[in-house]
Amino acid sequence: MKTTTIYPELQTDGPKTTLLRRILNTPSLLAGSIMFAVLILLAVFIPYLSPYDPTEQNLSAFLQPPSAEHWLGTDQLGRDLFTRLIYAARTDLTIMVLAEIIPFCTGIFLGMVAGYYGKWVDNVITLITDTFIAFPFYLIVIIVAFASGAGQRGIYITFILVGWIVFARVVRGLSASFREQEWIASARTLGLSGPRIILRHLLPNVLPQAVVVLMTDMVGLLVAIVTLGYLGIGIAPPTPDWGTMIADGQSFISTAWWLSAVPGFAVVYTGIALSLVGDGLADLWRKK
Amino acid sequence: MMMPGKLQGSAAGNRTSYSWLTAALIRAAVVILCVMTAVFFLIRIVPGDPAKMILGEYSTPEAIAAMHHTLGLDLPLWEQFIRFVKLLFTSGDTGNSIVSGTSTRVLIAERAPVTMLLIGMACVIAIVIALLLATVAATNKDKLADHLIRIFPAITLGMPIFWVGILFIMLLSVRLRWFPVGGVGEGWSGMLYSLTLPAVTVAFSQIPTLVRSLRAQMLEVLESDFVVTLRAARIPGRVILFKHVLRNSALPTLMLLGVNISYLIGGTLVVEQVFGIKGIGSLLFTSISNRDFPVIQGIALYCAVSVVIISLLVEILAKWLDPRTKGTR
Repeated sequence: MKTTTIYPELQTDGPKTTLLRRILNTPSLLAGSIMFAVLILLAVFIPYLSPYDPTEQNLSAFLQPPSAEHWLGTDQLGRDLFTRLIYAARTDLTIMVLAEIIPFCTGIFLGMVAGYYGKWVDNVITLITDTFIAFPFYLIVIIVAFASGAGQRGIYITFILVGWIVFARVVRGLSASFREQEWIASARTLGLSGPRIILRHLLPNVLPQAVVVLMTDMVGLLVAIVTLGYLGIGIAPPTPDWGTMIADGQSFISTAWWLSAVPGFAVVYTGIALSLVGDGLADLWRKK
Repeated sequence: MMMPGKLQGSAAGNRTSYSWLTAALIRAAVVILCVMTAVFFLIRIVPGDPAKMILGEYSTPEAIAAMHHTLGLDLPLWEQFIRFVKLLFTSGDTGNSIVSGTSTRVLIAERAPVTMLLIGMACVIAIVIALLLATVAATNKDKLADHLIRIFPAITLGMPIFWVGILFIMLLSVRLRWFPVGGVGEGWSGMLYSLTLPAVTVAFSQIPTLVRSLRAQMLEVLESDFVVTLRAARIPGRVILFKHVLRNSALPTLMLLGVNISYLIGGTLVVEQVFGIKGIGSLLFTSISNRDFPVIQGIALYCAVSVVIISLLVEILAKWLDPRTKGTR
């Protein structure tokens, strides 16, 4: 890479320690990556692993308890719960990753611009973030998702509108503190232009922190997708989704409690995996 | 999603007397104006025609034009905005409900008390449990209890709040029959009793953040010079903990709750839906299914404005109570 990382804490140590070794020495990163990889592999290969179809109904075998044939039992329409659970991972995780791309980029960009230029640019961007933050997250998510039409399109629009704020806030703070440091000042004295400093010098230094935030933020986004599904304004049935699965199972909590409980555990599992990865990355970059 | 950040203290440090207060008030006022503008544009920037949403996909153009007229959407944008702001400032309202014809303000005022009670109870429960867990963690630093309590946030981060509510219902209402499955009870005691489980659910989502920062705060106080001095003066550990450490940790907790009020409100709206409580949350969802735009706008506006005001109050309170800022006050 051509970019020079001048910020001392982020410098990599000697060539002796390879990246792989450093990853292996960070247990939380390793554990989180393995947990997440298992889920991804299951989601990718589920059509070959399961004999069942996620949407085909089999009313003669409804609400069955877990058995050798149906590992997690069947739902009220006789669909295999395990199969649906993994197909739902496909839907939810794909949306989670795709919906995060644009907010991640715009958030970092606006944060750097606000932090680097300061003054009125900063004031305007801060005012916009303060306004958005005043709206309870779920309130704005519910209203925008509803107004832009339930379904996947609504979810994407919602997060393009509200998802960038976290990144903008974190990156703004970082950029503002970097701006005061010598290496940025000397870059400016050398006559480098603002955009060049931002893209070539600021960006590589704010990116690690932004990626750490991205991991926790993805968990929040996943929970939001699932919540929208639960409320009936997210992914529309019969596409499997953890949120609608929990909602469907809620009618049977006294007889078949696992219908609602299990999809929730899938969300929690993903959450633990991603926050371990986030913690691990933070450790990795903090360690010299 | 949105991580609790620090309140933006607008360089109030070296200014004298009350100028920081003026600055905070002005900033809050500007944010409230922005919130109003945002609520106004909310239904105009997202794709989709409100009239079509109210009447359905297959309505006649005449009916849509008539609905545009009723909603005032046929006027030029600036005129709509002036009408919106005028109504807001004269009566604190965003128009009448399309379904019932009642004014939005009245509808919200009817439902607000339950929601506010629920949020209040959740705050109290969250503070009590967080203080307890943080005390255990901080006084047993790096021991088993501390590690267990520190794992807690990573596990709860991915827990959808509505799912936590369903688990509580399964376990405590269906199995153990300790609490009602949903709804709100009669009278004060019935109401408090039936709102306990929903309040615990809302509190549950706040506890991890609170514990994490409280623990750090308490450790800092426990290792500070004055506590070392108190120890040297043979003041019993129990007294130090309750009289000095807890007192010094209470303020940051309060501030954090203030910063998180937005999440508390949002979470409450969802939890109300799980437990069938007739508060603002259920009003929001009925309005959404009825496509009742003025009411949806009103709820968004009232929630956001309360968040701004509560954040402002917390900021003022923190400045007021914190002895370290006495000189600059």
